[in-house]
Amino acid sequence: MGRPPARRLTTVEDETSLSCGLRAPPLLRHHGLMAKPPMPPPTKPKSPKRRALTHAQPRLRDPVASVASPSAPDDEALLPPLFHAWFTQRGWQPRQHQLKLIAQSRKRRSTLLIAPTGAGKTLAGFLPSLVDLHAQKPRRVGEARPLHTLYISPLKALAADVGRNLMAPIGDMGLRIKTELRTGDTSAAVRQRQRLKPPDILLTTPEQLALMLSHADAAHLFSGLHTVILDELHALAASKRGDLLALGLARLSRLAPTHIRIGLSATVAQPSELRAYLQPQPASGDLTLLADHIEIAGGAAPEITILETDLPLPWAGHSARYAMPEVYQAIKRARLALVFVNTRSQAEAVFQALWHINEDGLPIALHHGSLDAAKRRKVEAAMVAGTLRAVVATSTLDLGIDWGDVDLVVNVGAPKGASRLIQRVGRANHRLDEPSRAVLVPANRFEVLECRAALDAAACGTQDAVQSRLGAIDVLAQHIWGMACAAPFAPDTMFDEVRSAAPYAMLSRPTFDRIVDFVSTGGYALRAYERFARLRPTDDGKLRLSHPRLAQLYRLNVGTIVEAPMIKVRLGGRARPGRSGQPRILSGGRVLGEMEEWFLEQLTPGDTFIFAGEICRFEGMRETEAYVTRSKSVDAKIPSYAGGRFPLSTHLASRVRSMLADHSAWSGLPLPVAEWLEMQALRSVIPDPGEVLIETFRRGHHHFLVAYPFEGRLAHQTLGMLLTRRLDRAGAAPLGFVASDYALAVWGLGDLNAMIRDGRLDLRRLFEEDMLGDDLDAWLAESAMMKRTFRMCAVIAGLIERRHPGKEKNGRQVTVSSDLIYNVLRQHEPGHILLEAAWVDASTGLLDIGRLGDFLRRIKGHIRHQPLAHVSPLAVPVLLDIGKEMVFGGSAREDLLRLAAEDLIREANEE
Amino acid sequence: MLSLASDRFDPRDGATHGFAMCGKDFVADTSGALFWPAESALLVADLHLEKGSAHAARGRMLPPYDTRATLMKLAEAIDRHQPKTVIALGDSLHDSRAADRIADDDVRILAMMQEGRRWIWVTGNHDPHIAPSLGGTVCDHLVLAGISLRHIPSDAHVSHEIAGHYHPAARVSLYGHTIRRPCFLGNGRRLVMPAFGAFTGGLNVLDSTFDPLFGRDGLNVIVLGQEGLYPIATRLLRPE
Repeated sequence: MGRPPARRLTTVEDETSLSCGLRAPPLLRHHGLMAKPPMPPPTKPKSPKRRALTHAQPRLRDPVASVASPSAPDDEALLPPLFHAWFTQRGWQPRQHQLKLIAQSRKRRSTLLIAPTGAGKTLAGFLPSLVDLHAQKPRRVGEARPLHTLYISPLKALAADVGRNLMAPIGDMGLRIKTELRTGDTSAAVRQRQRLKPPDILLTTPEQLALMLSHADAAHLFSGLHTVILDELHALAASKRGDLLALGLARLSRLAPTHIRIGLSATVAQPSELRAYLQPQPASGDLTLLADHIEIAGGAAPEITILETDLPLPWAGHSARYAMPEVYQAIKRARLALVFVNTRSQAEAVFQALWHINEDGLPIALHHGSLDAAKRRKVEAAMVAGTLRAVVATSTLDLGIDWGDVDLVVNVGAPKGASRLIQRVGRANHRLDEPSRAVLVPANRFEVLECRAALDAAACGTQDAVQSRLGAIDVLAQHIWGMACAAPFAPDTMFDEVRSAAPYAMLSRPTFDRIVDFVSTGGYALRAYERFARLRPTDDGKLRLSHPRLAQLYRLNVGTIVEAPMIKVRLGGRARPGRSGQPRILSGGRVLGEMEEWFLEQLTPGDTFIFAGEICRFEGMRETEAYVTRSKSVDAKIPSYAGGRFPLSTHLASRVRSMLADHSAWSGLPLPVAEWLEMQALRSVIPDPGEVLIETFRRGHHHFLVAYPFEGRLAHQTLGMLLTRRLDRAGAAPLGFVASDYALAVWGLGDLNAMIRDGRLDLRRLFEEDMLGDDLDAWLAESAMMKRTFRMCAVIAGLIERRHPGKEKNGRQVTVSSDLIYNVLRQHEPGHILLEAAWVDASTGLLDIGRLGDFLRRIKGHIRHQPLAHVSPLAVPVLLDIGKEMVFGGSAREDLLRLAAEDLIREANEE
Repeated sequence: MLSLASDRFDPRDGATHGFAMCGKDFVADTSGALFWPAESALLVADLHLEKGSAHAARGRMLPPYDTRATLMKLAEAIDRHQPKTVIALGDSLHDSRAADRIADDDVRILAMMQEGRRWIWVTGNHDPHIAPSLGGTVCDHLVLAGISLRHIPSDAHVSHEIAGHYHPAARVSLYGHTIRRPCFLGNGRRLVMPAFGAFTGGLNVLDSTFDPLFGRDGLNVIVLGQEGLYPIATRLLRPE
C-alpha cells in the first residue's frame, strides 16, 4: 500500500516545560511519559494551551493534502442500485459525505468524519460496510463467517439504539447481514457463541473489546475484520477509556492489518488529535501520521438565547428556582423540551420545582444516571413515542442518542464549556437545515457572565481545546495483563505494538519495561515477589501468564471506569422501633436507583432528601442497601450531592475575564448584573483581564481574603488548601476556605489588611509558584482527593480489585484498603510507578494542578490587591457558599475527631 | 470501669490516653498498642505480618513493605513505653507460611526488639503455630494479674478479658462528614484491641458480631487518630 508523499509541517517549540513550574515529586521528573511530548495541534498552536507536561512537538505528517475539496465521487459506481432505490424510496438522497466514506473505504483509508448532529453521520459510518457485505456471497445457513465490522460506542444505550436504527436499512433492503449487540448485559452464553460464530456486524463498547482481545481465540475472531467504526469519538478519545480503546485498536492492527477505521465525531477544536488516534503510528516516533478527514460544516446557526426575566437574579446557588415559571412557559410553548442540568441534585431540584407549578399536568419526566435502569428505559421509550413534553436530564443524554422530536433545549445553570453547549443544543431539531433552538438559564450572577461567554463562543464557532493527553500508565498495565491472558508475548513486539497507538506513541522503553515489571511482580524496588511473578519467561524469550486463574482475575477487573461505590436505594415500609429500640425496616419495595455511598453515609435516619423525583425519608442501611420511605414533607433537605459536576473550561474562563474587564460590554448584560458590576467598580475595583484581583477585608469576627482566578472549582480547591497552609505559617490563623468556579475565599483570625500593610504578609510571596513544591507534597500525603485518585489507578492497574456489589459483607476486615497501600508506598517507595500514575492523574484531574500552575505563572507580577473596609459586591456570591461547601483535606480529618471527642467531654461535664 | 478521664484529656498532649479497667490502669497508645504500667507489659493484637506477600502469592502484588512498617511502628511503641514484656495477642502472622516468606532483615529487627525482654506470642486462628525462628514464647491463652489475654474474645458476657481478632473500627459522623478509623472497644469489664498491622482493615463496632460480647449499651470507643486518641460518644457512631 503506497502512501502519498509526506507533507511536513514545521516543528513547533513550546516554551512551557516541566522544569519551569509544574514540579513533580523528585522521582517523577525523569519519567519517560512526562518528558516526551504529546500530540500537538497540526498548525499554529498559538494560544498557550494547557500543555504543562510538554516541551517539544513532534513533526506531523499529513498523508492527504486535503480532503476539503475532493472531486465529487461517482455516485453510481459507489452505491449499488439496491441502495439507491432505498434512498429514493425514503425520499432521501445520499449525502456527499456518505458517498465519500464509501470511496475512502474502497481505497482502504481510515477516515475521520466530523459532522454536526442530524447529518446522517451514523448511517454514513455503516454504509461502506453494508455495501461491502452486500457484494459478498450470502451466508449459507449455519455457515460461520468472520466478523466483518466492529462498531464501538461509549455508551451501551447508544450501541443498542444504533443497532435498532440499523435494522431499518438492513430490513428494508432485505440485506442478509447479521448484526448483534454485545455489552456487559449480554449473557455469558451469548458472548461465548459470539466469539465462536460472530455476526457480520458487532456493536459493542471499549471494555467488551478488551475482554474479547484477552481470549486466545481473538486472533481467529478478528482475522477477517474489515472495518472498525468508532462513534462519538470526541467523547472517548481523550480519556482513560480512550487509551484502553487505542491499545485495543493497536492489537486489532496486528490481528487484521488491512482493516480501516472510521471515526465519527462532533465538531472539535483540534481534529488532528482524533485523526492521529485513528491511524496506526510508525515505530520511529518522530512522525505523527494522521487519518484522512471529512468535515461537514454546521447547518443553520443555532438560535441560542439567555432567558430574560424581570425577577431579581440570585447572588449564589445552582438551582435556578427563580426562573422556573419562565422555564415552564417555554416548555408549554414547545413540542418536546430537553431541560439539561449539570448535576443530579440540580436535576432533582429542577424537576421538583417544575412539578410544583405544573398546573396543566404536562407529562414531564426525570432522567439521570443514578436512577434505576428500568426507570430510565421507560423515560427514553416515552420520549421516542412522543408522549412526553419535557425531560429534565443530566449529561447521560448528552451523547448522540436519537430520542425523538426535541424542538427546544433548556440549559439550566452555566454550560461550563463551549463544546458541551454546542452538543447539548444539537439535541434539538435533528435536521441540518433548521436551526436548533436553545435557552440558557443562568442560576446566579456569575453564571450570567458565563452564559454570555458561552453564547459568544458559539457565535464565533470556537470550541474548548481538548487537552492533549499521554496514554495512562495504569491503563497500559491493564492492557498488558490482558494481552498476556490471550497469548505469551515478546516484550519487543509488544512495545512496538503499544507505540503504534497514538496516545502511547511517545512511550519510552524504560517506562514500558517498568510497567511490564509492575504487571509481573508489582514493580517494587525490593525484589520480594520474583517467585510469585505473574509473567514468566518462556524458552523463546516471551512472557507468559504463570497461572490461568490470573486470566479470570483480569476479566473481573477489566475497564477504566471506577465508580464511587454505589448503594441501591430501596423504597421500604415505615420503620418501627423493634424490641431492642433498634429501628426496624420492613424489607421489600422497589429499587429507586443508586446513590454514592459517601452521600448516604452522612444521613441520619429521619433526614429527608429528593431522589428519583420524590421526597424520601432516610430510614437506614441494611447490608448494602439504603432504605427510604415516602415523606409527606414538602421541603426536603436537598442533598449537597455533587455527582457529575464539571469545572469551568479554560476557554470560557478567559472569555469571562475579558468580558468583566470590558466596561462597554456590560450594557449587553441583564440590568441586575450590570448594576452589580458597576457597584463593584465603585466599591472595589474591576481587574484587567491579565490581572488577578485579591480583596482583603474584615467581616464580623473574621478577616477574609477573596481571590478571583476564574480557573474552575478543582484548581481553586487545591489553591485553597495550599494558601491555608501558607497563611497558617505566616501567622494569619486561617480557619477555612470555600471555592467556586470563579473565586476563592479564605477566612481566619489574623488581620490580613494590617499584616499586608506592615509587610508581615507579602501577597506576591503568598501566590509564588513554589507552593507547588513542598507545600503540595506535604498536603498530598493526607489529601483525600489524592487517595481517591490513587485508588482509581490501583484498580485500573490491577493492584487491587474492584468492589463487586453483594460480595462485600464484612469484607473490609479481609481486603486491604487502597489508603493503607497508599500510605505504605509513599513511605517506603515514593518513586513507585503507581504513585507516578496517580500524580499525573491528579495534576489534570481532581486537583487540577496543571491549571493551577498555569495560573500562578500567569499572574506573576499581575496581582491587583484591594484592601477594603467591608465585603465587595463581587465577593458576595462566594461568601454565600460558605457552609454549603466544605472541603476536607489533611488535618481537617483529625480536627473532626477532635471535635467529636470534645463533644463527648462536654456531654460528660454536663451530666 | 473503662472510664473517661475527661479532666486529663487533651489529644494534643501526645500519643497516649490513660484509662482504667477492672480496677487496673492502662495506657492506650495511638499506634494501637496497649501499655499496662503495673505489669510493664505492652499488648498488641493482629499484626498480620506478611499479609502483603500472602496476597502476592495469590497473584495480587500488594506492596511488600507491610511487615517492615508494622515492625517499625511496634519498635516506636516499645521505645515509648520500655516494657519488660511484649504480648502479641494472636494473628501475628497472616498465614502459616508467613515465616517462610518473611525477609531476613525483618527477622533480625524482631530479634532486636526481643532482646532484654519477655516476648509472648499468643496463637490465633491465622497463626496456630509460630516458627521457633521468630523467637519468643508461644502459648494459646494467658492470664496476667487476673486478666485473661487471648486472641478470640470469649462468646459469653465475661469480664477481665483483653482480646483481639475482630479488628474493631468506628465510623464517626459529625457535621455531615464521616471518617472511619480503628479503635479500642470496651465496656469497662473487657476490651477488644484494634488491629496493629499496616494492612489490616476493620469491622464496624456496631456490627452484630459484637452484640454477644458487649450488648448494645455502655460501649466505650477510643478511636485512633494520627496525632492522638479520641474517646467518641456512641451516638456519633454510624453503621456501615
